[in-house]
Amino acid sequence: MTHSAITERFIKIKKADNGKKAFIPYIMAGEPSLSSTAVIVQELEEMGADIVELGVPFSDPVADGPTIQHAAMSALSRGVTLRKVIDMVKSIRQKSTIPIVLMTYFNPVLKFGLNNFIGAALSSGVDGIIIPDLPPDEETDFIASCHKAGPDTIFLLAPTSTDKRIDLVCHQSRGFIYYVSLTGITGSAISIDDSLKAQIEKIRSNSNKPVAVGFGVKTSDEAARVAAIADGVIVGSAIVKAIEEGRESFRALVKSLRAAI
Amino acid sequence: MKTGYFGKYGGRYVPETLIPALEELDAAFKALKADAGFQTQLRKLNAEYIGRPTPLFFAEKLTSQLSGARVYLKREDLAHTGAHKINNAIGQALMAKQMGKQRLIAETGAGQHGVATATAAALFGLECEIYMGAIDAKRQALNVFRMKLLGARVTEVHAGSQTLKDAINEALRDWTSNVSTTHYVLGTVFGPHPYPTIVREFQSIIGKEAKRQILKAEGRLPDYLIACVGGGSNAMGLFHAFLTDKRAGNIKYIGVEAGGEGIDSGRHAARFAGGSMGVLQGTKSYLLQDDDGNVLGTHSVSAGLDYASVGPEHAWLHDINAVKYTYATDTEALGAFETLARTEGIIPALESSHAVAEALKIVPGLPKSSIVIVNLSGRGDKDVEQVANMQSASV
Ligand SMILES: Cc1ncc(COP(=O)(O)O)c(C=O)c1O
Repeated sequence: MTHSAITERFIKIKKADNGKKAFIPYIMAGEPSLSSTAVIVQELEEMGADIVELGVPFSDPVADGPTIQHAAMSALSRGVTLRKVIDMVKSIRQKSTIPIVLMTYFNPVLKFGLNNFIGAALSSGVDGIIIPDLPPDEETDFIASCHKAGPDTIFLLAPTSTDKRIDLVCHQSRGFIYYVSLTGITGSAISIDDSLKAQIEKIRSNSNKPVAVGFGVKTSDEAARVAAIADGVIVGSAIVKAIEEGRESFRALVKSLRAAI
Repeated sequence: MKTGYFGKYGGRYVPETLIPALEELDAAFKALKADAGFQTQLRKLNAEYIGRPTPLFFAEKLTSQLSGARVYLKREDLAHTGAHKINNAIGQALMAKQMGKQRLIAETGAGQHGVATATAAALFGLECEIYMGAIDAKRQALNVFRMKLLGARVTEVHAGSQTLKDAINEALRDWTSNVSTTHYVLGTVFGPHPYPTIVREFQSIIGKEAKRQILKAEGRLPDYLIACVGGGSNAMGLFHAFLTDKRAGNIKYIGVEAGGEGIDSGRHAARFAGGSMGVLQGTKSYLLQDDDGNVLGTHSVSAGLDYASVGPEHAWLHDINAVKYTYATDTEALGAFETLARTEGIIPALESSHAVAEALKIVPGLPKSSIVIVNLSGRGDKDVEQVANMQSASV
């Protein structure tokens, strides 16, 4: 069986056995401009990111805090759409093989057409999708189609998740499992404690798929502590904010995060 | 039909964090529905606190003026706090109390659901926070003050279109962050399963009463039922008892959406006239959206109808042609607002005025023997200032 690019990446990190974990930065596509996104992805790759999560702006991002909401509104006002993001991935693919995951709300995908979306995502080189408002119980035909041909379907678990939900999400996830570190929205304050560790261990006892932790990791110190207990660390709001501040902030943050994870 | 779906509509499109809370809510709802103690308490509150049954009023002057069908008004405007929203708020607050929640949150458009939730929170001694779009807070300033008087915190939402949709986003974000202590009192037959079913259950008392009342008054079931449709709770509340009654095969159901400045203007909230299938805020339904699946801005003179999507059960009833959906424009609604005030001495909410406007359109063409029930979902006191401002602006 051939592995997906995302799975390959986790295998490679594990094989290296040097204590390093997957560093998964999130950026909002089209921020601060459509043309800059490809450049930012390239910089992230050069600075050692393992997987890039590309946010697709949506008018009603219910799972997001103020930072990502703001970035989404700004990208939308610039005319960024799911189609344009997919096209952008295609152009990134001419230079780069870094695994790319789209993080999009469900409605733009539905409007695109579910089968069209799968086709377009695959042909342009999208490796995985995270749809925060699509739990694995919904649109099971779409999920089954993704399982056949890709892209990887990455589902989320949270501190509130029951054993039954953990079972289901572990079973339906491909590539990795996204553990939401806090009961809340993106950009809230994380607390890295025993219960975080216990939930991750519980997920691990259910599945041998990698577990990456996101929502709330902002500093390199937090990243290091999360990296000690997870297979990957996702950093979103802090990077989006740094990009807003300018190139220097962005590079400095990414460098320190990479060193910590 | 699969649980939680109405045909292909409905479902539970929410972040994983909320799924266990929705499962817990579903289980509590099922248990309490069958719980005699809960039902007794609810009946008592309906009678002694809300003031139910609300009257079914024969609008004699309007009937003779329109010279068509006999027009009845279901007087939800006479319920405590002035709209049907209280039926659902009391029901859900009672559930929340039984589930051990300490805090209620809600979204509100017109402010009626916010007032109803703040009222229920005061009654049950629960903490309360209401999210309201900044534009709505301005045009419904009286209701903002009422909520504060009742002890609720009102948080204005400045994101997006600053109306109901954005208030729901913010309420969902709050719920996602405080789900263990907080119950989200969703105000209409919308959102993730089981909300559309729960809200319908608590609102269905409208139709149950209306059926009894019309049988008593006329000895038969009505020919037309008319209600305005924002999220769709007063309409489902009126329609449900009739839709599920085998004797009621010939009734025509009409849901009236906000036509705003007209469909062609693009400034409206007529989801069935201008929308298509989409997913927003936890459910699949009709949605006003652009070609890329982003939600379009809406407009209505009435804050309670100014919303881009509609309850999933309505989407299904639309597709199977069980209910006809139409719209009234701002101008038509304002006309009906004045007409009802002058002919019957009843000032309707601007939302309800949309249903009245449809009655004004169709009743003259109906046989004199036919019977029409219009759901007067709320009273217009909250809208008087806004209408006065609009009138003085136009002179
Ligand atoms: C008086 C009144 N009628 C109708 C509505 C619309 O809601 P629904 O369609 O859920 O009845 C509202 C909402 O705020 C309202 O206040």
